[in-house]
Amino acid sequence: MVITKGRRAGGRALQYTALLGYLAFLAFPLVWLVSTAFKTSREMARLDPTWIPLEPTLDNFVQALGEQDIIGAAQRSLVVALASAVLVVAMALPASYALARHRSRLNAAALGWVLVSQVFPFILLIIPLFMILRQLGLVNSLAGLVIVHATFCLPFVLWMLQGYVRGVPRELEEAAGVDGAGRWRTLWSVVAPLLAPGVVAALMFGFVSSWNEFLFALILLKDPQIQTLPLALVRFTGPEGVVRLGPLAAASLMATVPSLVFFSFIQRRLKGGMVAGAVKG
Amino acid sequence: MSLTMAPRPAEKSEKSRPGPRRGGAGTTSRPALGLMLPALVPVVLFSVAPLVYGIYLAFTDARSGRNVDTAFIGLENFVDLAADTDFWSSFQIGLVWAVSVTALQFAAGMGLALLLNQDLRLRWLARTLAMVPWAMPPVIVGLMWKLVYHPNAGILNATLRDLGLLSGDIDWLNDFGIALPAIIVVGVWTGMPQTTIVLLAGLQGVPKELHEAAEVDGAGAWRRFRSVTLPQLRPVVVTITSLNFVWNMNEFALVYVLTQGGPGGRTRLPMLYAYEEAFRYGFFGYAAAMGVAIVLVVLAVLGVYLRRQLKDAQ
Repeated sequence: MVITKGRRAGGRALQYTALLGYLAFLAFPLVWLVSTAFKTSREMARLDPTWIPLEPTLDNFVQALGEQDIIGAAQRSLVVALASAVLVVAMALPASYALARHRSRLNAAALGWVLVSQVFPFILLIIPLFMILRQLGLVNSLAGLVIVHATFCLPFVLWMLQGYVRGVPRELEEAAGVDGAGRWRTLWSVVAPLLAPGVVAALMFGFVSSWNEFLFALILLKDPQIQTLPLALVRFTGPEGVVRLGPLAAASLMATVPSLVFFSFIQRRLKGGMVAGAVKG
Repeated sequence: MSLTMAPRPAEKSEKSRPGPRRGGAGTTSRPALGLMLPALVPVVLFSVAPLVYGIYLAFTDARSGRNVDTAFIGLENFVDLAADTDFWSSFQIGLVWAVSVTALQFAAGMGLALLLNQDLRLRWLARTLAMVPWAMPPVIVGLMWKLVYHPNAGILNATLRDLGLLSGDIDWLNDFGIALPAIIVVGVWTGMPQTTIVLLAGLQGVPKELHEAAEVDGAGAWRRFRSVTLPQLRPVVVTITSLNFVWNMNEFALVYVLTQGGPGGRTRLPMLYAYEEAFRYGFFGYAAAMGVAIVLVVLAVLGVYLRRQLKDAQ
């Protein structure tokens, strides 16, 4: 018994050591990003960098906002992300209802598509898409980017919303039917309110995936005047390396905020969804 | 408007007519189709059709921009690919990257998941921190690590110097031998948390009684992990490692920001090479062929892996 206890305590110590190792690994780039964002350029030039800024400053944030048209790029990212989010939910909502309520071959097709869309390398899609959008005159346009973003997060949003529809008991709809409510009346006043949290989650997911997206923007938006935030941020780094560390760190921090808000909001649900998807898939 | 209204009469007529349906439960009813259209049209137009066309392009000599007619050239692109040493080296780099990142993501993620499944202090902090890399835009993860790896202003060299492990400076992302391991670390950092969270949820689904029974039988921690936990987790493990492998094989943004494929092509993953061929040099057909080749290899590797997992399970 004593031996077991001793081994247990040793195990605990080992576990805490490992946990601290993980914490350090996860945290140190983040701490460094934050630290860099609040440093003066003089401090940045020191040969012996410090973890905690000696004279913390907001200059980098001011500079980042003044430079490289960061505000303009953020506005465009905002417009693109909002539009993609609304568009993808508008496309997915009716379809998710149909998928959840009508057993059909489309179910299998939709699941198949969700999986296929994970396997195929982007290059097979982006070249023809680029050609199609060029035909439509949508290269170098935010509208083209919105369409692409919305289409690409459609499979996942569809899957997500379908889960929410399944969560609404069929009996509620039937009861409303018995009470004399028509089909649309039932959908609008019984189903829709219950789906509201799902729709909010889907909107946020659509927003964040578009906000974070880089590759399609890189290929579709050649004109610096219409580039989105990730592209503008990458312009901070020249081919010869990072040029302006402070403003880059500050702008990066600011650009991360929407995603962090989203993930902290949706954490629990997403965990469940991911796992369900992982196990079923 | 007409689109959204269309389902109603169809729905009614269908309900009032309980006649036999072809194909039983597998039949597509018309109202479902009507509701599907807003999703179906853009998916077909902007993903399915381009994908099919993209595969077709792999067998053509399509070029960007110039008004040259595209001709069907059969397997020529693939013959060229086989002889393209740049492609083979990027392909090799891609495999090394994808296999090591996937393996390390799994090993590290499993370790963290097991720790988080214990009753430890600071668990909440680890859980919260584990969410952040997942939530960060890939471009910003890349930029952030560039700051860490920066030869003079970066914290990594400074820390190593402080610990007395390093005397000069290492230019992590520009060193021929170090750049690939350096980006692999970033790949693990950014992908491990998601793996952890999925595995943790799986762990929480393993019945406690199984563990207790094994402990009573005298099984040590490692034995319990091998004989109880892992078999129970198998479906989750197979799915998350397969997905990670595919995602890592198709990685682009992170490495584009970190190294743009440099130094001297040492971190040029297949997708970076394909991107250059298509959008820098305009060889659309050739780049598409690369995409087809890579998806075939990914599917082959996955097939072998899945089959092995299936065998082990039996």
